[in-house]
Amino acid sequence: MRPFSYSRVADDKAAVAAAGAQNAKFLGGGTNLVDLMKHEIERPETLVDVSRLPHEEIEQTESGLRIGAAVTNSALAADAVVREKYPLLSTALLSGATQQLRNRATTGGNFLQRTRCQYFYDTQRACNKREPGSGCDAIGGLNRFHAILGASENCIAVHPSDMAVAMVALGADAETVLPQGGVRTIPADALHRLPGDTPHIDHQLAQGELITHVVLHKAPQYQMYRKVRDRSSYAFAVVSIGIAFDLLEGHFMKIRIAFGGVAHKPWRAARAEEVLEGKAPSRALFEEAADAELAEAKGQGDNDFKIPLMRRLIVASLTEMTSAQEKAA
Amino acid sequence: MHPLRLTVNGKPHDLEIDPRVSLLDLLRENLSMTGSKKGCDHGQCGACTVIVNGRRINSCLSLAVTHEGDDVTTIEGTADGEALSPLQAAFVKHDAFQCGYCTPGQICSATALLDELKRGEPSVVTKEKVELVDEEIRERMSGNLCRCGAYNNIVDAILEVAEART
Repeated sequence: MRPFSYSRVADDKAAVAAAGAQNAKFLGGGTNLVDLMKHEIERPETLVDVSRLPHEEIEQTESGLRIGAAVTNSALAADAVVREKYPLLSTALLSGATQQLRNRATTGGNFLQRTRCQYFYDTQRACNKREPGSGCDAIGGLNRFHAILGASENCIAVHPSDMAVAMVALGADAETVLPQGGVRTIPADALHRLPGDTPHIDHQLAQGELITHVVLHKAPQYQMYRKVRDRSSYAFAVVSIGIAFDLLEGHFMKIRIAFGGVAHKPWRAARAEEVLEGKAPSRALFEEAADAELAEAKGQGDNDFKIPLMRRLIVASLTEMTSAQEKAA
Repeated sequence: MHPLRLTVNGKPHDLEIDPRVSLLDLLRENLSMTGSKKGCDHGQCGACTVIVNGRRINSCLSLAVTHEGDDVTTIEGTADGEALSPLQAAFVKHDAFQCGYCTPGQICSATALLDELKRGEPSVVTKEKVELVDEEIRERMSGNLCRCGAYNNIVDAILEVAEART
């Protein structure tokens, strides 16, 4: 590991000031960053420890929750209100990593974890995300886990987070503090970016901009998170889906769908939402929505199977969620 | 070098450390407590699991310098002198290891797991309420690998202690 200077800060202002230093990084739980530093893939010269900032509370607001960025993934998943009102989020958190990792990983940090593309980790291989301009050995390589949506000729990596998929499906907002002072609110689905020709940039945050809270709004009536993976525990998603909606007189209202494991960011399935919004559930409608969303999906060879798998996951999840509703009625 | 004060198995330590040192290396190299094991050193195997402020973590992925004021429990702190903890005794009784390399991590992990069960914390396989079944233990222990494959006996050992506690 390369040498770095370490500081622990007492408030947001000190945090963003310290992070203005050359090649500085915030340190939360460190479960991803410390690992990448051991591999010397991340080489920060300054680490600003924000894990003890006073952002460890989950506050109830008028319509939802305001979650401190330092709340651990395990605390958030076990929170009674989250379990009752936002089961999508609790399930997504619990389906990621292990209890040891969830006990350290934070709400803010989870968003900012980096891809698990094996070419990003293998410093002997070309990776535009790790070394801009070096090429991408995943294209034409072993790419079973890679993107089918929104990829570029420079990068086909996927974002690994389960939590972020749930946050996008729930329409959460991230609150940040800016290095020059002031705050801003970023919708969860606008936080991450597609690779384009700058795949080394994962998200929209400025250097030194700190996520302090995540806000959840009114809980949707129906929620589900489903994850398809190669083993039943402790594995990243091959594909996953988060779905949230209300039903008004048997019609979808405010439906939001997000996919995991398919793109450089948690993928908001806006085209599928458009097909479904305001309509009455039916299998034909679910298939139409899936086809609309996946119209531009493109496999890389090893991961071609993800396209039909994702299609079936969309249809099966919507069917399960709405058939339970039929039974209740 | 950074100052660091923390408590390990009830004993306070006052140290000066390089900020690159992981909690695992601090325990093994600086404090000569080699019970916690270095398996993968990347948070994948769980051999380094210790309990910090009542919660199990991978000590290999945690910079020691971030543990100012923390209370750390390692495998060396789980027995009461020569008297084994209930989990340690159950591991012996159920033959829950072969080579034993993963065992300190398994036992620290399971020790914290029992407290998580007591607090009613869910896992991804929990339905309404936590039930003491194989599936629940296996899911909660998925961060601890055993290359010898003693999983069946590990699950039996943990279930026996968990059931005795309820």
